[in-house]
Amino acid sequence: MAATARRSRPLDVDALLDDPTTRVVVCCGSGGVGKTTTAAALGLRAAERGRRVVVLTIDPARRLAQSMGLVELDNAPRPVKGVDTTAGGALDAMMLDMKRTFDEVIEAHATPEKAQQILANPFYQALSSSFAGTQEYMAMEKLGQLRTRSDAAKAAGRDDEAWDLVVVDTPPSRSALDFLDAPQRLGSFLDGRFIRILTAPAKAGSRAYLKVVSVAVGTAGNVLTKILGAGFLGDVQTFVSALDTMFGGFRERADRTYQLLQADGTAFVVVAAPEPDALREASYFVERLGSERMPLAGLVLNRVHVAIAEDLSSERAAAAAEDLDEIGGHVLTAGLLRVHADRMRRRDRDRALAVRFTSAHPSVPVVEVPARAEDVHDLEGLRAIGEDLAKG
Amino acid sequence: MPATAPPTSDTDWDGVRLHIVTGKGGTGKTTVAAALALALAAGGRRTLLCEVENRQGIAQLFDVPPLPYEERKIAVAPDGGDVFALAIEPKAALLEYLELFYRLGRAGRMLERLGAVDFATTIAPGVRDVLLTGKVYEAARRRGKAGPVYDAIVLDAPPTGRITQFLNVNEEVVGLAKVGPVRNQAGSIMSLLRSPQTVVHLVTVLEEMPVQETQDGAHQLRGAGLPVGGVVVNMVRDPVLPQRVLAAAARGRLDRDLVLAGLEAAGLGGRGRAAAGNGGTRLATLVDGLVAEAGEHAVRVALETTQRKELAALDRPTYELPALPGGIDLGSLYDLAELLREQGMA
Repeated sequence: MAATARRSRPLDVDALLDDPTTRVVVCCGSGGVGKTTTAAALGLRAAERGRRVVVLTIDPARRLAQSMGLVELDNAPRPVKGVDTTAGGALDAMMLDMKRTFDEVIEAHATPEKAQQILANPFYQALSSSFAGTQEYMAMEKLGQLRTRSDAAKAAGRDDEAWDLVVVDTPPSRSALDFLDAPQRLGSFLDGRFIRILTAPAKAGSRAYLKVVSVAVGTAGNVLTKILGAGFLGDVQTFVSALDTMFGGFRERADRTYQLLQADGTAFVVVAAPEPDALREASYFVERLGSERMPLAGLVLNRVHVAIAEDLSSERAAAAAEDLDEIGGHVLTAGLLRVHADRMRRRDRDRALAVRFTSAHPSVPVVEVPARAEDVHDLEGLRAIGEDLAKG
Repeated sequence: MPATAPPTSDTDWDGVRLHIVTGKGGTGKTTVAAALALALAAGGRRTLLCEVENRQGIAQLFDVPPLPYEERKIAVAPDGGDVFALAIEPKAALLEYLELFYRLGRAGRMLERLGAVDFATTIAPGVRDVLLTGKVYEAARRRGKAGPVYDAIVLDAPPTGRITQFLNVNEEVVGLAKVGPVRNQAGSIMSLLRSPQTVVHLVTVLEEMPVQETQDGAHQLRGAGLPVGGVVVNMVRDPVLPQRVLAAAARGRLDRDLVLAGLEAAGLGGRGRAAAGNGGTRLATLVDGLVAEAGEHAVRVALETTQRKELAALDRPTYELPALPGGIDLGSLYDLAELLREQGMA
């Protein structure tokens, strides 16, 4: 068949999940492509094939969350009920609470008194609940925590408390690239020149320079104070200096996060829907992973339209329906042919988009998951998606 | 079909000047916003289409180079109106704001060099959102000699999950900027947003998750005292099968012989090949395939009916736009705009 010649390399999901050296699977892609469902389906499949898995989801749809028993958002992994554990695996799942995770980081690193002071700071509250990038950053923080906790359990001989695979869903950012950039952005923002100058003018160097800078900062500070009101800069200063003494630089933390993503045993799965925008994002992401030396396992092309009566083209079906209209008396068949023609048109369009991606990235393994009429809201549905994922 | 109504009256949103369009990712909110801007410009009016997410979605849709921070004419409505577009960017908005209120000039550039502009626009999303909505506010209020510069403004806003937080600037800024111009600005923006001059339209498709988000979004907007406008159901497919056939298809009770007879009548029985022996099996496989596809189609239609009921419960004016299998191009935007006008949205 002509189709096989232009087909990409298949993504062997089972080989990836079964490989004991795979420790972290990161599902990424632009918003609305089914990342969370894919992450959950991969986690369930890995668990039922014998691995001890924890799935970290960011913002699951309500019914998907319920299907995994995630009714309360308490920022800790809980066992998922109904998983087939006969192969010796297990599945835990959790939803990320980014504010809570940020609070925990503060509490773990500061004296109770200082932690209290930071948590009450209005600037901290804004940053921890809505900074564009906090969610991504905290997802990474949580991933690090899960790994550490697992390693500790293993070292203590409590193997049944250790996970050997973490599957991470990434935040629903506008662009898939936000996920890679956010930790760095937050780090460099908090470590930024202006904040440095504001909070520690004495570090700025020579006296002459200091004088120039002070004047500039004075002006800048005055303007910001005028615009945002007095007290604003004070809050920022208190917050940043409090953080500063605790961490010795956010940038360092961001760097460590980055290294974890580059480490052996991490695999990225890029998820896309057959839409031009989503595939464009997927392309950027694939290229970016390559240039950052981050290990790409492959692309999951989600919600691909397929047809059952594939041998009848949309053109022929549509023409036949018209012929029947003319002949008259075959309303049922004409209707069915129209349903089929519509379906084939969608299938052909999705194929064309997939082929375009493959010719731009011939070495990226791809697996297609057919579109479903209904959303997934139980383990049975996740299992079915897992089957489709494994068909490669 | 009724005759086209004159553009300035008889629409569902007379008196509204700021149309905010939100929707879950993937539902086509940028397309709907653009079509609405075109529809509102019809009949010699002038509209401004704004985006705030640094995505250059408008430029891609109209197939023009990336938009700068500057109002540019990007399309002409069928009977002589103009659509302008603007990509609002927080840093540029802040510098413009400083220039306007403080005549900063060089000092403004120095602030930027020091990283102060970055600082102010990233430090708190509240401040960033005030700057973004502030620019929309300014454009909405701007007046020329003959009245408002724009007859209507359409904002391609952040997605449904974030819209209330984005628009509720007062709430966001209150903890950070306790006094001062940003705080005051937030107050003025809020009063425009809560006035009868503003509506927030929700774009969705007939699937579970987007409909759920639309309901949640409408609920949150109402909770924040923000005006919920219309619901735009996008990518609607024409009904292909009559209700009776759908019901039979859903229960797996389609008459296979009838389908077979139809295929033969249409010449799909495969005259030459049928005679070769395996034509019969091939035809049977085709019947099986078509019947199975019809069954799945019926499931989807039933699901869409449920979703329509959910949306109807919101009790808002609802508009439908068709699925365009070939994707969106400039020509189809005009078609969508016309459909919105016919349905009274503009």
